Amino acid sequence: MTTALETKERLQPGTASSAILWEYAPSIEAVDHVKIAPRYNLFIGGKFVEPHSKKWFATINPATEETLSEVAEADAQDVDRAVREARRAYEKVWRKVAPSERAKYIYRIARLIQEKSRALAVVETMNGGKSIKESRDIDIPLAAAHFFYYAGWADKLEYAFPNRNVSPLGVAGQIIPWNFPMLMAAWKIAPALAAGNTVILKPAETTPLTALMLAEIIQEAELPPGVVNIITGAGATGAALVAHPDVDKIAFTGSTEVGKRIQRSVAGTKKKLTLELGGKAPNIVFEDAPLDQAVEGIINGIYFNQGHVCCAGSRLFVQESVIEPVIRKLRERVSTLRVGNPLDKNTDIGAINSRAQLEKIQELVDSGLEEGAEMFQPVCNLPTRGFWFAPTFFTGVSQSSRIAQEEIFGPVLSVLTFRTAEEALEKANNTPYGLSAGVWTEKGSRILKMAQKLRAGVVWANTYNKFDPTSPFGGYKESGFGREGGMHGLGAYVTLS
Amino acid sequence: MTEAAIAQTGRSFPPGAFRRSLNDALELVHGVDAVAVEERAASLAKRSLKKGSKVWGLNLAISMIDLTTLEGKDTRGKVTALCQKAMRPDPSDRDVPHVGAVCVYPSMVPYVKKALAGSGVKVASVATGFPSGQTFTEIKVKETRDTVAAGADEIDMVIDRGAFLSGNLQKVFDEIAEVKEACGPAHLKVILETGELANYDQVRKASLMAMYAGADFIKTSTGKVAVNATLPVTLVMLEAIRDFHHATGKMIGMKPAGGISNAKLALAYLVVLYETLGAEWMTPDMFRIGASSLLNDILMQLRKEKTGAYQSGDYFTMD
Repeated sequence: MTTALETKERLQPGTASSAILWEYAPSIEAVDHVKIAPRYNLFIGGKFVEPHSKKWFATINPATEETLSEVAEADAQDVDRAVREARRAYEKVWRKVAPSERAKYIYRIARLIQEKSRALAVVETMNGGKSIKESRDIDIPLAAAHFFYYAGWADKLEYAFPNRNVSPLGVAGQIIPWNFPMLMAAWKIAPALAAGNTVILKPAETTPLTALMLAEIIQEAELPPGVVNIITGAGATGAALVAHPDVDKIAFTGSTEVGKRIQRSVAGTKKKLTLELGGKAPNIVFEDAPLDQAVEGIINGIYFNQGHVCCAGSRLFVQESVIEPVIRKLRERVSTLRVGNPLDKNTDIGAINSRAQLEKIQELVDSGLEEGAEMFQPVCNLPTRGFWFAPTFFTGVSQSSRIAQEEIFGPVLSVLTFRTAEEALEKANNTPYGLSAGVWTEKGSRILKMAQKLRAGVVWANTYNKFDPTSPFGGYKESGFGREGGMHGLGAYVTLS
Repeated sequence: MTEAAIAQTGRSFPPGAFRRSLNDALELVHGVDAVAVEERAASLAKRSLKKGSKVWGLNLAISMIDLTTLEGKDTRGKVTALCQKAMRPDPSDRDVPHVGAVCVYPSMVPYVKKALAGSGVKVASVATGFPSGQTFTEIKVKETRDTVAAGADEIDMVIDRGAFLSGNLQKVFDEIAEVKEACGPAHLKVILETGELANYDQVRKASLMAMYAGADFIKTSTGKVAVNATLPVTLVMLEAIRDFHHATGKMIGMKPAGGISNAKLALAYLVVLYETLGAEWMTPDMFRIGASSLLNDILMQLRKEKTGAYQSGDYFTMD
């Protein structure tokens, strides 16, 4: 654990000196209470079953590259089996369960997540590389909050959609990414169940473990078999799920590239689709902003979860008159970030999720250097094993640079400047994406004007990366369509007549 | 003295030399976002300090304490006993450092001066019509001069909150400058009484004004009002110190006071300090904690780190 604050010198208190190093001793979250099975099978029809493929693949800890467990690889026949179970559960059981009873099951899942929150946080951190601070304080509590929130809607759907007849869609295939494994599972499963659907969830191949723990929770909650099925695998498994003829709805969160493929695959079918894809969000700082807090927002916007966030504020626009103090403060603040063991409670930035992602980040950073942008990285000793990338920002970035155009999905920020609000808007909207945006100003009317004109599904004012189950989330343009969270999130899982 | 020369000598400049205008201070004033400041302070308070880093922080915290008694019933006997505690907080443990200063009312200063002689513990005294500051400027100046003459190394003054809140910023500024001059060689800590300033914007403004008017330290509270030091208020003041340092090259100290009564909270303040201003401020010259009951709680924690068990409160002296 090192930070750029540290110097070689270490002194005793009371000695007169100008520079003192305060080394925080390791404060490692205990892992001995967590049981990870050596092998996980597919969760289909309420039971863990061996895959037809007879194949399992290793899942690792990206901070150490050690194998944690191996999980089943579902092939097309496994997918078919899961869909048949989900269909059977939907027709025979779940659609007939009284809404208030559905609510009870979902509440039970929410409570069990809370009860097991410590273990879930530890496994989320070990399997995904994110800091324990974030999995403990954000991912897992928010996942439980989503189940609680949607449980409340289960018997009140006619109030969500007044004067309409509400009915479920049927069987939903849900494919989620590796950046917030447990939270994305909650975003997908909770509204689907509340509205009366059954689901097949496929977690990302690098982060399947908390989804499988959720399968155990679902067993413990005695949810009727087949209502939730969780199958593991890589792209081919997802493709088989999307292509299955008996799925009524596909919900996907992930890259824009895969999203486009999915949209092509479901074209011409009756399947409903929601996509939550990539982003290249503008975070806009005006000269009258509360600068120290804006810098905190910039940090949280881009370095939260190692920048593996679809709504990350990866393009910073600073009004020219305050570029000097903002860059100075940003440089100082980035230098205090603690990069290292994700299980250490004092770690701010954990490990990059996979080697492939690390290579992608490195490739884009190299392109930024080639294009002549100026890079800042604090001094920090990264561990030798595992996948790591120091928090980075580029100044002197032009609108046409690759690092200003392409989603990096890592702890890398591009800084650009603007003179007027109009120019900021024009540059901010000049992207194929439109998931989120941030605005920093003390002037309320300017916030309203910017929020109106920014082509983004979420606009944060004087804050960033704030999530709440009651608030809808989703994109414009190539960031996808459909909303998750809030009443809008229910809309994606019902038909209205 | 030129500005560059002042910057070079850091904080040791002759009184009155560092006189700037109120406008200099107001140039650095901008809004503070309350939600974000409180969030940042809360996240820093979650740092987990263990083993060596905890002991180190606790010892440092002791060396930064302004051990304080500010009561009408204070007597020579009472403050002399407090001085003993200040010099040797834990008579059974020689590793425990002495505190930063003993802070008393002006009339107690001669006794404290005598009791602390040669110990390295500083003599601090409140002045300027503490705690309300509702008296005449001449009296505040005279009180300051007399208190320094009686032996105080450090003066803790209060600002005129009435003038500040009614918009008479020049009066507040000038009064600080006058008291600074009256301090002579003594260090001046300026108490903003943040619990009466209503919001963080005002805290930032008052901090900048105090520094530009000549404060060596800025301090949150008297300890005599309902809301005293908080982590977010301290963070706002530290950020003002950082901006002032960047603008002038001069390092100003910080003193949160009131309500910091346990070791865990004291460590949280040190974390906020360390991660905002960095290693250079981690000394009793640049940071103090105004407290009375904090010391025993830290001693209890240190004893626990040494022996592995908590001792009864009866083993720690009440002074």
